[in-house]
Amino acid sequence: MKLTGSQIFVECLKEQKVEILFGIPGGVLLPIFDALYDAPIKFILARHEQGAAHMADGYARVSGEVGVCIATSGPGATNLTTGLATAHMDSIPMVAFTGQVATSLIGNDAFQEADTTGITRSITKHNYLVKDVKNLAKIIREAFYIARSGRPGPVLIDLPVDVQKAVTEFSSSGKKVEIRSYKPNCSGHLQQIKKAVELISKSKQPVIYAGGGVVLSGGSEQLRELAEITQIPVTTTLMGMGSFPSYSELFLGMLGMHGTHYANFAMQQSDLIIAVGSRFDDRITAKIDAFAPHAKIIHIDIDPTSIGKNVKVDIPIVGDVKNVLKKLNETVFQEKDKFRKNRLEKWHEQIKKWKENNPLKYKEDDKLRPQFIMEKIYEATKGKAIIVTEVGQNQMWAQQFYKYDYPRHFLTSGGLGTMGYGFPAAIGAKIACPEKLVFDIAGDGSFQMNIQELATAAQNKIAVIVVVLNNNCLGMVRQWQELFYEKRYSATVFSGNPDFVKVAEAYNLEGLRITKKEEVEPALEKAIAMKKTVVLDFNIEKEENVFPMVPAGVPLDEIISGLA
Amino acid sequence: MRHTIVVLVENKSGVLARIAGLFSARGFNIDSLSVGETEDFTISRMTIVVRGDEQILEQVMKQLNKLIDVIKVSDFLNVRHVERDLVMIKVKANSSTRSEILQIADIFRAKIIDVSAKTLIIEMTGNKDKIEALIKMLQPFEIEELARTGIIAMSRGMNKTKIEN
Repeated sequence: MKLTGSQIFVECLKEQKVEILFGIPGGVLLPIFDALYDAPIKFILARHEQGAAHMADGYARVSGEVGVCIATSGPGATNLTTGLATAHMDSIPMVAFTGQVATSLIGNDAFQEADTTGITRSITKHNYLVKDVKNLAKIIREAFYIARSGRPGPVLIDLPVDVQKAVTEFSSSGKKVEIRSYKPNCSGHLQQIKKAVELISKSKQPVIYAGGGVVLSGGSEQLRELAEITQIPVTTTLMGMGSFPSYSELFLGMLGMHGTHYANFAMQQSDLIIAVGSRFDDRITAKIDAFAPHAKIIHIDIDPTSIGKNVKVDIPIVGDVKNVLKKLNETVFQEKDKFRKNRLEKWHEQIKKWKENNPLKYKEDDKLRPQFIMEKIYEATKGKAIIVTEVGQNQMWAQQFYKYDYPRHFLTSGGLGTMGYGFPAAIGAKIACPEKLVFDIAGDGSFQMNIQELATAAQNKIAVIVVVLNNNCLGMVRQWQELFYEKRYSATVFSGNPDFVKVAEAYNLEGLRITKKEEVEPALEKAIAMKKTVVLDFNIEKEENVFPMVPAGVPLDEIISGLA
Repeated sequence: MRHTIVVLVENKSGVLARIAGLFSARGFNIDSLSVGETEDFTISRMTIVVRGDEQILEQVMKQLNKLIDVIKVSDFLNVRHVERDLVMIKVKANSSTRSEILQIADIFRAKIIDVSAKTLIIEMTGNKDKIEALIKMLQPFEIEELARTGIIAMSRGMNKTKIEN
């Protein structure tokens, strides 16, 4: 059958079972939006393209499906870039469409023209400029395949307006996409796995260090199984939160710059690190030359470029985390006499001591402190809510003082560290999972970076609870200035903050201000009952800091505790 | 260490930019880069000459492999192979110097591909050393312009840099 480019766009989205699209229209997207007008795809009209991209990202993180967003040419595309880079750093499957000026005008500095594929080349897994409508269907199918397979990531398709209008023959396809130059290795080399098991059986102080790859591959259950049969303690990265249940005796909490003492001590003293879907990022290793000096390293990752990039690896295993862990567990099980229950007794005792001596803590007085608020949110939701964060102190408190037991329940911009991510991502998360409570844990700084999406929440009746941990400043930078720049608070203190309650009300949403400890519980109860977006303005202690902390440039176990 | 890397890529627009971007994003200098079609017109072959320590090079090879449009990457460091570079040199020549320049060209088995009252264009293929020797010999006559293709390389015998199925 003969279809226009725009109709092919709709048909291909249907083929990929896309139910929802986030974006903003524009001049060169008129043909596509005309085709969308009566298409069976729900469209969420954002107020800024960055918001649309983060919504698609949040939707993808919760659902495990590819998130899809669309923006117009030029400024629409450039606004999208922060969202693409965020998804790229955290390996989130997304397909982004951008409008482009007509092919005859490309390169002419036409109105609203930008070199979108050029700009986004290094912040996408792959991108396409469609110059001929005949290739459109193939490109869209490839894009979805690339976005979700291997190490997932965002793929961008730039669509000139004349291609959207051009007509060509279209046939729906049941065929599997084949790309000769792209064949991700998902299985994991059995010989390497056997070597790994041998090394694990000989280790006396091993640690599993799990990252976002566990969540993305759906390998949480296999991770738990591995830890349980080998009795090896587990620490997770920020991206790995929820991939291992917090209530397990074997759980060490998060490691790294704001990790727990015991996770960082365990890493530094370990004789074997089993890295699973994590990438030895600088926030994890601290001073790299002093990182885990006695440890051998097994590294399981789907992306060969992650292996051996920052640290020397003894046993690399390239493959999908879930597949590799399955095989690894089978091998461990076959040799289970090598894994006697009490074989790591001494190590467990040491860790227990570390845990007892250095728990996560904060000053418990009558002041309203963010850690207390997080604990109350945990109690009110029994740990079943989806917690999305902004970036900065709010992100770290959300990680430290709420317990995560399930994968895909903690959404944060881990790699790029994008302030303004949380609120739109929370909207996307709520759409993916309407029956769950969704919280955006925000600071007053980051919430204002995409505050305009309150209108999107209002228009689409999406209920997100925004927890503004309001300290009237850019808290994390202020903390560094306090600790390392002699309290010279250069450009970190706000004096122009709006009344967030009134802002919410202006959008016809709810707002509540909380200034005292005893108001926290009732406010949360009220917010949960409201079933519409609520902004909770918590006026917290201004000089509250995030501890423990490993400052830049020192070894991972040189930790500032904060409280004497 | 100097490495000659041969990369087979999809013959599509934008691929060169992806590869160049990969090197520039990591602050990696390219000595030379040449691209052309292969026996299969859908595939282009790039020869990239780079210098760097082993760890950085391994990372670059992996990153190249990760690009969606890259089909195959081979490092020729431990592969028996031949390398060629083509150079064109426009050198000043008048009635008194022309015959001496022709003699030099002859010794190098270079070809004269253009002649005018004041200049000659000399074309030669060879490896890096031979080309540099020729340039050195011609410098006293004043080189007006010089263009090189960059190195292309091919493994000897039946070793093929082809796609394996």
